[in-house]
Amino acid sequence: MTDELDIKSHEPIPDPGLPEHQFRPQDIDPAQEKRTERHIAFMFVAAMVLFVGFCVAYFAIPIDAVIFKTANTVGWNAQNFTFGMTLGGGLLLIGVAIIQWAKKLMGDHEMIELRHPTGSSKDDIADVLDDINAGIDESGITRRPLILGSLLGAMAFLGLPAIVLLRDMGPLPHGHTNTVWKKGMRVVNDVSGKPMKPSDLEVGQLVNAQPAAFFETDEHGEPLIHGHDLHAAKAKAAAIVVRMRPEDITPSEGRENWGIDGILCYSKICTHVGCPISLWEQQTHHVLCPCHQSTFDLADNGKVIFGPAGRPLPQLPLGVDDEGYIIAMSDFPEIVTPSYPELARDQKKLDKKFGGSN
Amino acid sequence: MRKLSTKRRHPIAGLLVLAMGLVLTGALYSVIAPEPATAESASASEIEAGRELFLVGCASCHGINAQGIETKVEHDGKPGNYGPSLIGVGAAAVGFQMETGRMPMAKTAPQAPVKPANYSQKEIDQIAAYIASLAPGPARPSEEYLDWESVDKEGVAKGGEFFRTNCTACHNSTGQGGALPEGRYAPSLVGVEPIHIYEAMLTGPQQMPVFSEAVLTPEDKLQVIAYIKRVQEQPTHGGTGGGGYGPVVDGMFVWIIGIGGLCGFAVWIGMHGTRVKKQ
Amino acid sequence: MSSTFTRIEDSATGAKLAGPVGWLDDRLGLAGAGKKNLRKVFPEHWSFMLGEIALWSFVVLLLTGVFLTLWFVPSMGETVYRGSYAPLYGIHMSEAYASTLNISFDIRGGLLLRQIHHWAAAMFVAAMMAHMLRVFFTGAYRKPREVNWLIGVGLLALGTIAGFTGYSLPDDLLSGTGLRFVNGLVRSIPLVGSYIEFFVFGGEFPGTMIIPRLYMAHILLVPAILLGLIGAHMLLLVYHKHTQWPGPGRTNENVVGYPMLPVYMAKAGGFFFVVFGFLALMGALLQINPVWVFGPYNPAEVTAGSQPDWYMGWVEGAVRVMPALETTFLNRTWSWAVFIPGVLLMGLLFTALGVWPFIERWITGDTREHHLLERPRNAPVRTALGVAAMTVYGMFWIGGGNDIIAIKFDLNLNAITWFVRIGIFVGPVIAFIVTKRICIALQRKDNADLTHGFETGVIDRSPDGGYAERHAPLPVGDQFALTNARERLPVLEAEKPEADDADGVRNPKFRWQNLRHKAREFYFDGSVDKPTTDEMEHAAEHLDGADEHPTDRGQDFKGISHWGVPGDHE
Repeated sequence: MTDELDIKSHEPIPDPGLPEHQFRPQDIDPAQEKRTERHIAFMFVAAMVLFVGFCVAYFAIPIDAVIFKTANTVGWNAQNFTFGMTLGGGLLLIGVAIIQWAKKLMGDHEMIELRHPTGSSKDDIADVLDDINAGIDESGITRRPLILGSLLGAMAFLGLPAIVLLRDMGPLPHGHTNTVWKKGMRVVNDVSGKPMKPSDLEVGQLVNAQPAAFFETDEHGEPLIHGHDLHAAKAKAAAIVVRMRPEDITPSEGRENWGIDGILCYSKICTHVGCPISLWEQQTHHVLCPCHQSTFDLADNGKVIFGPAGRPLPQLPLGVDDEGYIIAMSDFPEIVTPSYPELARDQKKLDKKFGGSN
Repeated sequence: MRKLSTKRRHPIAGLLVLAMGLVLTGALYSVIAPEPATAESASASEIEAGRELFLVGCASCHGINAQGIETKVEHDGKPGNYGPSLIGVGAAAVGFQMETGRMPMAKTAPQAPVKPANYSQKEIDQIAAYIASLAPGPARPSEEYLDWESVDKEGVAKGGEFFRTNCTACHNSTGQGGALPEGRYAPSLVGVEPIHIYEAMLTGPQQMPVFSEAVLTPEDKLQVIAYIKRVQEQPTHGGTGGGGYGPVVDGMFVWIIGIGGLCGFAVWIGMHGTRVKKQ
Repeated sequence: MSSTFTRIEDSATGAKLAGPVGWLDDRLGLAGAGKKNLRKVFPEHWSFMLGEIALWSFVVLLLTGVFLTLWFVPSMGETVYRGSYAPLYGIHMSEAYASTLNISFDIRGGLLLRQIHHWAAAMFVAAMMAHMLRVFFTGAYRKPREVNWLIGVGLLALGTIAGFTGYSLPDDLLSGTGLRFVNGLVRSIPLVGSYIEFFVFGGEFPGTMIIPRLYMAHILLVPAILLGLIGAHMLLLVYHKHTQWPGPGRTNENVVGYPMLPVYMAKAGGFFFVVFGFLALMGALLQINPVWVFGPYNPAEVTAGSQPDWYMGWVEGAVRVMPALETTFLNRTWSWAVFIPGVLLMGLLFTALGVWPFIERWITGDTREHHLLERPRNAPVRTALGVAAMTVYGMFWIGGGNDIIAIKFDLNLNAITWFVRIGIFVGPVIAFIVTKRICIALQRKDNADLTHGFETGVIDRSPDGGYAERHAPLPVGDQFALTNARERLPVLEAEKPEADDADGVRNPKFRWQNLRHKAREFYFDGSVDKPTTDEMEHAAEHLDGADEHPTDRGQDFKGISHWGVPGDHE
């Protein structure tokens, strides 16, 4: 087959060789050559001017100055624009000038360089083989299998400390941990921390809610949970409270009393990859995740009706405390957060804890 | 040597002109803001005038007593609405829907789009007075909670927190709007009057949820408005903002302007320039 | 000029430098190294500079990146913002985000350098991809360049990682949402997902470690590997010498072009300034990743239009259009809806890229070295497969931007998702068929031009009143370029393997040989062979009369050239 593919015997057109060299205007017209030279030098000088302009702008333009601001446009940062235009313009001029120099004035005759086979020559291979054999022979590595074996073993065992050293990169996964929700914790409006009574919510209402624990403070008024602890807790506990007409809701068995007069609470964390999800359409009762468009029906127990999410949105049972504020009746009976391998196992444990009522 | 050949227009000159034209066209794009509005108190004659206007312009969809008209076409097992009941929606809903031109709707669509208002301010106030007289509902917000310029730095920042928690998921970080299922969308907040932002939160028009006064207080709402306004008067510091749509537009710029432009340079570098016969 | 040229060693400057340079050469042997390479020849074509865009973008990334590290604080520690961006004043945020705001608003030129850095990153990956497509469609990865192709695949993967680690550093709402997504991807890995998640994030999401760790990867680990691989890529380029397009005087045994010193040093060096300048202009005029409008990361907040940078857009699209699929098996949850599009698909792309040169070689059985580029039309199946793959990629891109497309073009979000779901299966098939047919049609056109000549625009009237357009043979240089690098097709019927040999003994390798034969039939199906020597001789005879044309036809009309240009402009 290789013979068949041999290109030589079938080449219908012989190589005519390189065409005759053609000259540029600059090669034959000294005036044109001078003109091009001046053009190139002018570009370099212009670049210098722009770089000086950059420095002037650096000290002359205040950091909050705005440029191109009109009645209809908000304008741009003046420094960013000026710095970028002077720096970029100067660099571009240098580049164009150098390339122009190469194109118009530098030698223009095409050169031919011959290729050589990429692989080594037979002689080189033979020489290298001789060297390698000498090395093997003199080290006696093939005659001393004990050394070779134990050396390889030592190298392999060196991998153990290297791997063990990485052990403390993180703790081992500890399975599902509960969110901060628990029986009696008030459901409050996010950001303001305002608790709510059922009468505060109208049909069609959406509240982006958090557990009241996030707004508890110590005696100095500093929040008890803050920083990354708050983030880690929020990443599981964030919730949305919605109010629908009670007759629109079709609760599944055991969930009939999880709402208050059409007020329901669901996890805000998408079961797909965990984006917070609050695009609630009050007329269709659908909530859409803006990341990957999983759509859940909140009137139908958070069922997935479109998109890649594999599980319904977990629902939080609601109640009312002595003062009439909305509270959680328990933690989420279903696992919040995106799926992970042990989820099925952890959910079973959770089901046991909730007495199989779900 | 031929003089002409060295001065001949460059082959990509036409492309450059076209590109500049396109850039200029884009730059000339501008936004038209709707007319401002004021709220007034109602009298009996106003209510009557509003009822007259309602019967002519609104009753065909919303029913002669504003009780709404149900259709036989079922959706999810429930009868659909031709026009929903307006009893109890309040003056705020009327003001929002009519001043932004959403109502009356020109045709059935997944969503009522913004368009120039068809009614005069006086007529809208009269209809609002009539609807408000049917049942208690949210009134139009008072001036005190629309004066966003009075909000201080901390208040604006707090408004930003509310905005990012409650609004950006649909309306996007810069208020450019976003897509909802089945052809619906969250509209752009650019250039929307403070009173309409307030009323939208208060009444929950169309698919938008309600943010009631008891949960998101008038002060909170004012902070949200202040943040939206302050953020939208911020310069797009880094240059043209690509419409505020984020990485998708950036990626388009990378391939079209970036790779396209530098390929242009590469073509220039690799191109054989003018050649002449040696004399 | 050359008549007045003074050799450098005889010039005044040269006399002064002779000492120091001699000192260096005594210790480094510079002349020996320079002898072979200073005048190395590089062929010229614009498409050979795509890789250069990537190289120079990388240099710009290193330069601007060093500047950014002077102020960036890679910490998830909490701080209160007191900088000059008013709408975020007094907000709690991580030090990483606060320092990014600081770079953008309180360091002069910080915003510009940040924007150049981000544009350069996006361009780096884009240029690598464009370069890779050029190499693919021209067959430049064939022997002896397979190893360099593999290095290139590695560079593309690492460039993507470098970009993504950088995207996640500012800890704004968008990058934090991206990290949340990665967290979901990692924990979807069957059986070990939770373990990997806890080791990568140092515990539960988001933890305190991920940004410092990403920072290390972004400024040390990944760039160091990139630098090493780029070095190897360039060394192999120099060793192999660049491929070239076929043309008169350009064969598989030579390389024709301009010398490194001075022409390519100037062109490539100048191109660095052009790339840097262009990126700086982009930084001046086009805003990218305005982290201040997104706000600090908060796991309870999200923005509409949350997207990754473009090079992760196709993965994002795949994740979006994937239907829900999650199973429980062995008391474990298997999150296929995330794992297949988010993790497996990326592995599939890079594996396919890596093995393709070897698969193609197995099919063609071609063991020769190739230094002449193949026109895409002359390898119809390769070209069609490439376009089909691009179609799938583009479909996923549409999926990744479906919300933006829906809002900008007034379309139904769910309909776009369904379009993509169907399109990723139908689109590539259509693209394959159409591309292959176009390639074969172009091969036929080449053959027609070779054997029947090109149309001159000159109409001959025969004595009996008939009109015919005169054809003229292509210039011999073009004829050579069209035929030289085009492969002869194998005779497939002759090599069909037999299950049993003549004596009825079973061929033990039959199944393997038959599979390869089927692959060869697929690969060469429909391809048109180039004309034989006999056909070309016959054509030359046939077109003989046209030779006098156009030059001997007087000044008033010269017909048109084979490029369609009127003859008097030639």
